[in-house]
Amino acid sequence: MTSRTLEEMRASAIAVLPAAVAVIPFGLLLGALAAQKGLSVPEMMLMSATVFAGSAQFVAVDIWREPAPWLLLTFTALLINARHLLMGASWAPKIRHFGTGTSLLALFSMVDETWALCEQRATRRPLTPAYVLTMGGILWVNWIAWTGLGAALGSLMGDPAVYGADFAFPAIFLTLLVGLWQGPRTGVAIAASAIVAVIVHMNVEGPWFIAAGGIAGALAGAVFAPSDEAAAEGGE
Amino acid sequence: MSLDALNLDLPTLLAIAGMAIVTYATRLGGWLALRRLVLSGRARAALDAVPGAVLAAVIAPAVLATGPAETVAAAITVVAALRLPQLAAVVIGVASVVLLRLAMS
Repeated sequence: MTSRTLEEMRASAIAVLPAAVAVIPFGLLLGALAAQKGLSVPEMMLMSATVFAGSAQFVAVDIWREPAPWLLLTFTALLINARHLLMGASWAPKIRHFGTGTSLLALFSMVDETWALCEQRATRRPLTPAYVLTMGGILWVNWIAWTGLGAALGSLMGDPAVYGADFAFPAIFLTLLVGLWQGPRTGVAIAASAIVAVIVHMNVEGPWFIAAGGIAGALAGAVFAPSDEAAAEGGE
Repeated sequence: MSLDALNLDLPTLLAIAGMAIVTYATRLGGWLALRRLVLSGRARAALDAVPGAVLAAVIAPAVLATGPAETVAAAITVVAALRLPQLAAVVIGVASVVLLRLAMS
């Protein structure tokens, strides 16, 4: 291993450290809530290792019941992770010099935090496999460990509503929504989605309100596309 | 070793496998497509709106159709998130819902 590689790994580990620490309570919380829905510790760790997507896993656990509605859970994960399409697209030119295997591994480890940190790094110097994979690997092991521990402790926790833990899901997603805000267009999409979701939730059994709201919000986003983007399409 | 001994069951394994496969597909999809297709216009605007729309749909019933304590606590969480780190805003939101439920019960 060259000293250049070691230096990249060191820089990557330092950059990702705050995110790795900040995610600990969320991992514990996810594991605890999963345990209350009937997921075992190995199931929780398997999900964290293979799905490795915090918000999708929170939603999955939120709508989880026994036996697992696997088709619905799969479709919901697809909708929530649709943002990865844009994130991967924006990484494509920045990791073009990686080998195919390295690219496949880098993309497997791509989560919101590592994506943003690597985008930031790429503005200053070319991305290296050592930089991308070190932070991805650290967050991956970190996530499996803390969600697993949360699931192990969760069965001791009792009713989450007593100390408001049931509201942690809405609170986490509200803070993520604030971070996604890009002006009135975002507001229109969120409003369309929320209205449709509430109506469907009151009238249709099961968590299909998520898909209905998500599609309504995407349509609203298309209808209220900024005029330059709509014009770009009209000109094609 | 049987599935029972590992504390795993079949619908759960199917759900985890399905989620893992589609999630990895979303991670690969944009990277695979980019060289040939750059989204523009309304298609791009629709995709841009998806993350916010999905997050909003997930929480809308809990925030808007549960009770006044949840709705007020949600407003407090949003104001906190505008000024504080994410984790602090979540703690404040959860604390508010506990206090509001006590006050309103």
